[in-house]
Amino acid sequence: MARITAGIGCSHIPVLGFAHDHKKTQEPIFKPAFDGFDWTRKWIKAEAKPDVVILVYNDHASFFDMKIIPTFAIGCGERFGICDEGFGPRPVPDVEGSPDLAWHIAQSLILDEFDMTIVNEMDVDHGLTVPLTMMYGDVPEWPVKVIPLAVNVVTYPPPSGNRCWALGEAIARAVASFPEDLNVQVWGTGGMSHQLQGPRAGLINAEWDNRFLDKLTGDTDELRMIEHVEYLRETGSEGIEMVMWLIMRGALGKATKALHRHYHVPVSNTALGHIVLEPTR
Amino acid sequence: MTRVTDVASYLAEFDDIPGTRVFIAKRARAGYHLNQFAMSLMKPENRERFKADERAYLDEWPMSEEQKEALLARDYNRLLDLGGNVYFLAKVFSTDGLSFVQAVSTMTGMSVEEYQAMMVGGGRSPEGARSIKDKT
Repeated sequence: MARITAGIGCSHIPVLGFAHDHKKTQEPIFKPAFDGFDWTRKWIKAEAKPDVVILVYNDHASFFDMKIIPTFAIGCGERFGICDEGFGPRPVPDVEGSPDLAWHIAQSLILDEFDMTIVNEMDVDHGLTVPLTMMYGDVPEWPVKVIPLAVNVVTYPPPSGNRCWALGEAIARAVASFPEDLNVQVWGTGGMSHQLQGPRAGLINAEWDNRFLDKLTGDTDELRMIEHVEYLRETGSEGIEMVMWLIMRGALGKATKALHRHYHVPVSNTALGHIVLEPTR
Repeated sequence: MTRVTDVASYLAEFDDIPGTRVFIAKRARAGYHLNQFAMSLMKPENRERFKADERAYLDEWPMSEEQKEALLARDYNRLLDLGGNVYFLAKVFSTDGLSFVQAVSTMTGMSVEEYQAMMVGGGRSPEGARSIKDKT
């Protein structure tokens, strides 16, 4: 049977992809951000070795524009190309999908009353590729298959935190009912506090972010009750991306413990957060 | 957050956040062509055409005169008011060769250097920036 063995939370700040691609990871402004992933890079390669990652992210007006705005879209294709975000695609490998598992999850979710959008062809942007880079570094092929799960957090309203958590729980049920023996991780990406617009741009709330990281562990499910307006007031307009971490947390079941945690301010406009979680029962 | 049944009061709260334009349906509708125009700059051939004659390229899109003028002036706060979304507007400032930090700082009334210094110092504090009415 397929099983969810771990969850990862991780910001997907585009400049980290830039720093990696231009061999600047050891420069003083980027080094502290990358150093916080050393533990995870070793762990994922030597110990965790997932077969498939369900990678929850958002598209930033790269593949999806204003024509069609799916709330939850699951990538069921064989491969996903890399978006040209305006200065050429990142020089990273294409992303290999896991269509059998993805279609199984899509069917299971729809029958479980989550009305997913099924996407067979799409390119993925920094929201998906930056976390892969942070976890695997410079590789000729990604050593893992990826099921992209794109969430609309750009056009209001995004899904509620509670809905995201419940979707995570439904993903766990779907994975558990897949017959093949697969080691699956769920990653929630985006955040942490940042605001990229208006006179209030640059807002960072380290205290709030760290409370959020605290509450991803243990058996509390308080985070699912946070209202959109609280994310906006406390963590900036783009802090809303943190609802995507709740899909990851929901998929890990009743309780978790943190294996690793990292927080750094700033990376360009943004607070960087990273956590590795394991289900405990 | 669980189920919300009152859309109007859900939206009304966003107006109380200082210095922030949440990308709600009203803005998404007003800015539809503005954002789709920005999206068109993802293609190198469109970037070249835009750079060669900005006004002529803008005139190919059914945007308001105000939107076109704000685009020509690169007035990003005005563009947010007129329905622009920052991820779409990013295609415009990327075409200009600006980073997110450089472009975003123009919306804050600070110089790029001042803005960067604020970020390196831990970012803008949320104190006093949460609510207009409560001054928190």
